Parts: sequence; C-alpha cells; structure tokens
Amino acid sequence: MSTTALELRDVVKSFGPLTAVDGLSLAIPRGIVLGLLGPNGAGKSTTMRMLTGQAIADSGEINVLGLDIPAESKTARGRMGVVPQQDNLDTELTVVQNLAMFAVLYRVGRRRRRDAVDRALALAQLTDRADAKVTELSGGMKRRLLIARGLVHDPELILLDEPTVGLDPQVRQDVWTLIDALRSEGKTILMSTHYIEEAERLADDVAVMSHGKVVAQGAPLALLSEHVGTEATEFYGPPDRLADVESRAQAAGLVTRRTGPSVSVLGSESAPTAVLAGLGDGVGRAANLEDVFVLLTGERLE
Amino acid sequence: MSTDVTGPATRTHRYEWPAFEGVWNREFTLFKRYWASTTFSSIVQPTIYLLAFGLGVGTMVDVAGGTAYVEFVGTGTVATAVLFSSAFPGMFNTYVRRVFQRTYDAVLAAPVSVDELVTAEGSWIALKAGVYGTVPIIVTFFFGLAPSWGMLTIPFIAFLTGLGFAYFGMWVSAVVKTIDSFTYVTSAVLTPLFLLAGTFFPIANLPQWAQVLAQFNPLYHCVKLVRDASFHWFPVEDLYHLSVLVVFALITWGLALGSLRGKLID
Repeated sequence: MSTTALELRDVVKSFGPLTAVDGLSLAIPRGIVLGLLGPNGAGKSTTMRMLTGQAIADSGEINVLGLDIPAESKTARGRMGVVPQQDNLDTELTVVQNLAMFAVLYRVGRRRRRDAVDRALALAQLTDRADAKVTELSGGMKRRLLIARGLVHDPELILLDEPTVGLDPQVRQDVWTLIDALRSEGKTILMSTHYIEEAERLADDVAVMSHGKVVAQGAPLALLSEHVGTEATEFYGPPDRLADVESRAQAAGLVTRRTGPSVSVLGSESAPTAVLAGLGDGVGRAANLEDVFVLLTGERLE
Repeated sequence: MSTDVTGPATRTHRYEWPAFEGVWNREFTLFKRYWASTTFSSIVQPTIYLLAFGLGVGTMVDVAGGTAYVEFVGTGTVATAVLFSSAFPGMFNTYVRRVFQRTYDAVLAAPVSVDELVTAEGSWIALKAGVYGTVPIIVTFFFGLAPSWGMLTIPFIAFLTGLGFAYFGMWVSAVVKTIDSFTYVTSAVLTPLFLLAGTFFPIANLPQWAQVLAQFNPLYHCVKLVRDASFHWFPVEDLYHLSVLVVFALITWGLALGSLRGKLID
C-alpha cells in the first residue's frame, strides 16, 4: 500500500473572475492529521469539494487513495468520510435514523449496519441520545453527530471542513477530543481550519494556505523553527513607540510583526541580548503558527 | 498521475443499484416521518375537486364524453392528483434540499452521483404519484364507477406521468433564481396545463386552437389514457398517448439532469 493518501498537483479552480485555488500542490501521507490552515476565502473548502468530486478542477491532477478524481470520485467517496462545515443533518429525524440512512448510502452491508451505527454512536458519545431528534440536540452534539455520520462506514480518509467553526470553547474541546481519538486510531485526516490552536493541537503536519495555494508545509515545530524560531518578544505602547521598536529591530536584522496593539519581535531567542535590551521592556512568549502564517502571507487569520 | 500513489482501480458504473437503494432508503425514512401530511395534501385536494365538480356541476350536467359526469371527472382527476403529488414536490423539495437544507451535498459526499440522485429522487416522487393518482378512481367507485381490468394499469399511467412532472419540477427548481419564482410557474404553466387537460370538460368542446394546444399537454394524454383504461381501450390512440408521456418523461429527465449537474457540481 502506498504511503500517500492523497495528492494534488498544480490544481487550479476558478469561479468566473475569482481564482479560488491557484496552482495548489499538496501531498498527505497516510496515517497523519494534516491541518489546512488559512483564512476564510483561502480556498480550503473548494479544495475539500474538489477532493470529493463535488467541484471539478479547471486544471491539475488530483489523486485520492490511489484513485483519479473526478473520474473515480464515486469509488473514492466510498472510502472517505466527509464532514462539512455547514450542518446538513436531517433535523426532523432521530440521531440513529440519520446514521442508519448514511450507512445505507455509504453501502455498509446489511448485516454490518447495526454495528456500524452503534460504533459511530459510541465514537461520538451519543449512544444515550440515539433516539433523540436532531432538533433536540445541542450545537456540540449536532457537530459530533455530523462527524459520526461521516465515519459510519469506517473510512480510510476523513475530510473535516472547519470542524469547530462557530462552536463555543467547551464544545470545541469535545470535538477536539473526538478528532484526537480518530488520530489515535491511525486515520488519515485532512482538516481545514482557520484556528491556530486547533492546528497546533491536532495536526501532525500543517499546510499554510493563502490565496489558493500552499505557501508552506511541515510539522508545526519544524515550521516554527524554519520561519520564526521558538520565541517571540512582544512590545506594547503608543503607536510612536511601536513604530520605533519596529524600525530599530528591523535595522538590527530582526523579523517583526504587528499583533494588534503590540509589535512582536520573532526569533528573539537568537537575537543579540543588547539589541533586545535596547528595544525596552518586552514580554516573552512562545512563537506560534500565527507568527508563521502572518510572516509568510502578510494576512491575518481572523 | 503520481507514481507513488496506488490503490484499487475499481471502476463504477454510471447507475448503480446501491446508490438507488441509499437514496430511496433515505426517502422512505423521511416518508415514514412525513407520510400523514404528504398523503393528506396529495389526496384531499383532488378529492375536493372531484366532489365539487362531480357532485356540484354533476347536478347540472348528466353526461360528458359519453359517460356520467361524475365518472368523467373522477377519471380525469387522476391527472390532477398526479400533478399535485409530482410537480410540486419536484419543485419545492428539490429546491429546499439543495439550497436551504443542503442535504444533497451530504448525499453527494457518499458514493452517489448527481445522475443517480436525480433519477432516484424523481422516481421516488413518481412512485408516490402512482399511488396517490389512483385515489380519485377509488373515491369514484363510491359514486358508481364500475371497476374494470384496464384500471389496473392506472397506477402505471400515473407513475409515468408523475415521472415527467417530477423531473419537470426538479428542472424548474434548478433554473429559478429564488423559491418565490415558483409562483410564476404555478400560475403560468401548471394551472393552464391543469385546466386544458380535459379533466372537467371534454377538450372536443373547445376551439380548434385549444384542441391543438392540448396535444402538447402531458396531462391531457394522462387523462385520455386513464379514461380509456377505465372504459375502453383504443390501441393505436393509446399507444400515441403513452408515447407522448414517455417522451415527456425522457425530455424532463434530461433537463433535470443537465440543470442539477450544473447546480450541484461546481
């Protein structure tokens, strides 16, 4: 079996004058969680739809689980689970009915359907709500059901499109726990997100996406090490002071970025002590993927 | 393609039974939830027409088209029941599921193609139309309509007509800009078809131009077939009526497939 679960090469997709995906190349090894990190409009959802054949690339090549997309997308869809960004559950039906319907749609054998549904219920911790109507579920339960629905056929590859968007922090933690459990099972997961923390916590690899293309890909620590180091020092103050810190740090060859009401000096662990001291009082913090993202794209995530 | 990516090269067919089973199972699950309201609306309205015209107008008109007026209307109302139970679900259900509920996106994330989805959805609607379309005949039995062997074909006639109108509705759902636009279709297309079908009065009594127009109305051919099935077959003419319904279903199926492919696949 190949070590690559999916691969996109020079994929382009336009909608009229808008180029949503612009020469995207990406390869995902089996058994990892890859976080597709980018702001809204970066082309993440379009990429997800192209992987399922629900959007057709204008050019480029897509291969999922050894199958050419879109020519063999139906076969590929039978082996992958898709969790959309928007809730599209059948709201008037029960939890178990939603899962049972999709067990049939995903061609789970008649004898295995009951077990498949039970397994999905257990995975999503919804066994005790199996007979509840979807309208009776909380937002977090609905999202867990949405994930369970995409897993009812025990897919090899899971596509999660912004799995926690719009959820409150506690519910987000619950969904993260569920995704982490899938990772522990060795599933290959492609997860689009614009939440830094989500990518840092769950992804083995992160692909930074901007304006329809991947600008960097690697393990979170490797990306930090390569682009921004391990530490940053933040300086606060009025605009004049921030501008002064920025210009002096850059004059000393340091990389900076604006972070709201402050300036961050990146890679401060390797900056000369005298230079840092000369910038005044600053607050040290660990470098994060947002630093990488902003540095590489010049954009903000939210 | 990449050389390091390998896997099974299982080819799928354009239409596969498991995909139909999946879509129909989903519809059946939903139907079990909504059957009462769906059945009520699909049956009551044509039955009201039957009672109003058959018993109301029937007091003034004894015979139409060579049969008792209530039987004339009873057999004609099959087309009305089919229209209500196929064109409207085709329009509204398809639009709501595609645009508001986005359930078609969920189904198409499974191993189901747009062609399978559209074909299965239309045939499910037609199946219901085939059942609901027979209700006016059963009601008319209570007003003196004599059962005949030919009537056993009425569910099939209703199914075939329903197939065409289900796909017509699905096509309309894909070409309108908003759900409000269905009003125009209902008023400007479906109502004239409904009135020009020969349900309540013989088309032969209308001006020549209206009789010509009726030939292009699938409901007219449905009504003719149902009446002939109920009273007396005319093989050549009925083959013609049947052919029109088949062609209508094929054309609207093609239109629905083409338009919904464009809407569901970016």
